[in-house]
Amino acid sequence: MRTICFYFQVHQPFRFRRYRFFDIGNDHYYYDDYSNESILQKVAQKCYLPANSLMLNLIRKYDGRFRIAFSISGIAMEQFRLYAPEVLESFRELAGTGHVEFLSETYAHSLSSLKGKEEFSRQVNQHSKLIKEYFGQEPQVFRNTELVYSNEIGAMVTEMGFKAMLTEGAKHVLGWKSPNYLYCNAINPALKLLLKNFKLSDDIAFRFSNQSWSEYPLTTEKFVEWLNQTPDNEEVINLFMDYETFGEHQWKETGIFDFMEALPGTVFRNSPFTFSTPSEVAENLQVVSAVDVPHPISWADEERDLTAWLGNEMQHEAFEKLYALTEKVYKSGDDAIIQDFAYLQVSDHFYYMSTKFFSDGEVHSYFNPYHTPYDAFINYMNILSDFEIQVNAAVQADVDVDIVRLSKIIREKDEQLAKLEKRLADKRPDPANKRVASRKPSTKKNRGTKKGRS
Amino acid sequence: MFGWEFPPHISGGLGTACYGLTRGMASISGLEILFVVPKAYGDEDQSRVRLLGAGDVSLDIRKVKEHQYLQDLSYIEIHSNLLPYTSPEEYEELVNKAEHQGERLVHTSMGGKLSFTGKYGKNLYEEIANYAVVAGEVALKYDFDIIHSHDWLTYPAGIAAKRASGKPLVIHVHATDFDRSGGKVNPTVFEIEKMGMHLADKIIAVSNLTRKTVIEKYGIDPDKVETVYNAVDPLPDHEKLKLKRGINDKVVTFLGRITLQKGPEYFVQAAHKVLQKMDNVRFVMAGSGELLEKMIHWTASLGISDRFHFTGFLKGDDVFRMFSISDVYVMPSVSEPFGISPLEAMQSNVPSIISYQSGVAEILKHAFKVDFWDVDALADAIYGILNYPSLARMFKKYGVQEVNDMKWENSGKKVYDIYREFVK
Repeated sequence: MRTICFYFQVHQPFRFRRYRFFDIGNDHYYYDDYSNESILQKVAQKCYLPANSLMLNLIRKYDGRFRIAFSISGIAMEQFRLYAPEVLESFRELAGTGHVEFLSETYAHSLSSLKGKEEFSRQVNQHSKLIKEYFGQEPQVFRNTELVYSNEIGAMVTEMGFKAMLTEGAKHVLGWKSPNYLYCNAINPALKLLLKNFKLSDDIAFRFSNQSWSEYPLTTEKFVEWLNQTPDNEEVINLFMDYETFGEHQWKETGIFDFMEALPGTVFRNSPFTFSTPSEVAENLQVVSAVDVPHPISWADEERDLTAWLGNEMQHEAFEKLYALTEKVYKSGDDAIIQDFAYLQVSDHFYYMSTKFFSDGEVHSYFNPYHTPYDAFINYMNILSDFEIQVNAAVQADVDVDIVRLSKIIREKDEQLAKLEKRLADKRPDPANKRVASRKPSTKKNRGTKKGRS
Repeated sequence: MFGWEFPPHISGGLGTACYGLTRGMASISGLEILFVVPKAYGDEDQSRVRLLGAGDVSLDIRKVKEHQYLQDLSYIEIHSNLLPYTSPEEYEELVNKAEHQGERLVHTSMGGKLSFTGKYGKNLYEEIANYAVVAGEVALKYDFDIIHSHDWLTYPAGIAAKRASGKPLVIHVHATDFDRSGGKVNPTVFEIEKMGMHLADKIIAVSNLTRKTVIEKYGIDPDKVETVYNAVDPLPDHEKLKLKRGINDKVVTFLGRITLQKGPEYFVQAAHKVLQKMDNVRFVMAGSGELLEKMIHWTASLGISDRFHFTGFLKGDDVFRMFSISDVYVMPSVSEPFGISPLEAMQSNVPSIISYQSGVAEILKHAFKVDFWDVDALADAIYGILNYPSLARMFKKYGVQEVNDMKWENSGKKVYDIYREFVK
């Protein structure tokens, strides 16, 4: 069996407003509602809506022989709900066909997998619930933010109950091996790995409209020819890309929609390939070997590492200071704070602080609302400073509430004691007077232990 | 080359730039530079340039000519008391004031064929004209291939030399009157600049910002104008210049002439904002200029005088001493053709904030950039650098690297390439 596995990433961050240092402690609203709404609606019109309707038509046209997978971040889902519910509706329609798989990821499109299991699994669960609620599926396959993966992360994901995970077919990890097979985790072989064929994926996602590319223009016939040229025993071609490839990164005028519309037909006509969802790939194919990834990889830049998010000192400072607050955030029990914490974790904020774009090109600057990474860092740190004040205040308030509650109990008990002693004194007029007097210190002691116990 | 000042007797970036450029060109073989300034003092850097003092050079052209063959750079002195950045109006005031106090600003110990009398220098334009006359003389007596004039005060000299010799004229625009005046251009200065630019065979601008001004405001053919960025000399032995910091407070420094062009008021406003949020910080305004008193009054009325300090004009090593105790350097210039001082700050490991309205912003990556009028952004950047430690570390680490890659040799090479267009 030879098959193609299409997976599309859908994500939009909640962008921050310009937040100055004099706002710290005075203004606790961090978001740029105007750009969030206008960007989302623009992308909805240019990409999500037309692309969804195209995918729906293709699935219906080929009666389920064409099938795809999505991963939609929780943050993007929230924005659809707020600004473009019709997009959510069109995804539900796709889910309804039974030929679209929805993958699991971190709710906040975060890098929490690098910070241990607790916050990571919390976000994965939160996201799974959301997917279940909207699309009626319980995600079986996990894809981490920016396809970040390592042996340890894979092991955590297995423990969370996933059977397969997606990541990058990074050259420095694979060496001579081909990404076109099913692999497994090096620690726990129960976790199957689907590796992105970055050459063929990026031919569509990045190079499609590049007129200086020697293969321009890319036709479906040419693309299917390349699929056919892969060795016969290679079983799966994983085409993983941002969904915004359609209509946003590659404009409609480039013919990207026409390409996609024609692709399944050409595949069926000119090749033995079928289409599968990640779950089906994991189920139907045999694992050929384990992949050892001791250091985290991602699908970004030439290096396929984490340096786009955690490559310089600013990014590290922001990242460490944010996650240092984790415990307090949940201790506060304040929903608004927990929500802000999620929005602060969105990986895009760290991407904006990357100094790599000084050398590593347009992709970085294209998505960046800030003039410079320094700008992005200061804005983020100002917000984080305010957030920290809020978190501390909430935790402090919690302590205050406790103190109020406890002193109330003490007061009540004191009153009770006084009453009882009064009754005692009333019952035994003369000799008791002495005993009451002598007991007074021990009453105080009682009060002390009560306080301690509560 | 005709230039109006040469270190250490400078009042701004012009002299520094001329000096750097000549040094950067000193290593080019087969190239000799004759540098003509209105007045030489004799204590200028003589490691690469042999300088001739006023007493030595009595405009005996023949004698100087011999020196030219001995030295890469000869240096003719024409006595002058002019400041290149003083407007003619201010200059008049200065001279009047000086006379009133019974001082003689002007010496006329000049020998030679020109009648530099006691009245000479009283009028700026007259001085420029006299300088041009000397330039014409120099052009006749010396053998050279290219005339290179730095800024408007020496354009007439360049033109005179070109007329006398027929050699190509390159003018080097370090600033225009649009930068200096904040838009209220002095018509006479504008005319001189315009004439120089039109008669020049080639124009060198110190940034694309300046190139644009030259093309748009003076109506010059874009093909004639080329950008050659300035650079910065390697830091002098800066360990020696370290000042012991007497206070625990952070120090934020403005260093430049306190004039409209440099945007000192934006610095005061930003300081006021920052001081409302943190108290372990002090602001220093180093420099002098027509807005100094206004700034002093203003900081007093804002109630921040106890945290805002004025040092007066700093030069030479004092600049680097100031940098050695600074945590942030700020250059909020309204219009800065280039701006060498942030480079000097960065060399001294001081994170810098510069305005987008400066030429140096075109080439610097590891400096924080704001629009000069955006006081909120400026204050925010100052606060950020003082409070989020990784930011200062990043600026220091990459800033020094970046600045060290800017070499006068590269600028000198570019200027030389421009010469080669005329001299095969």
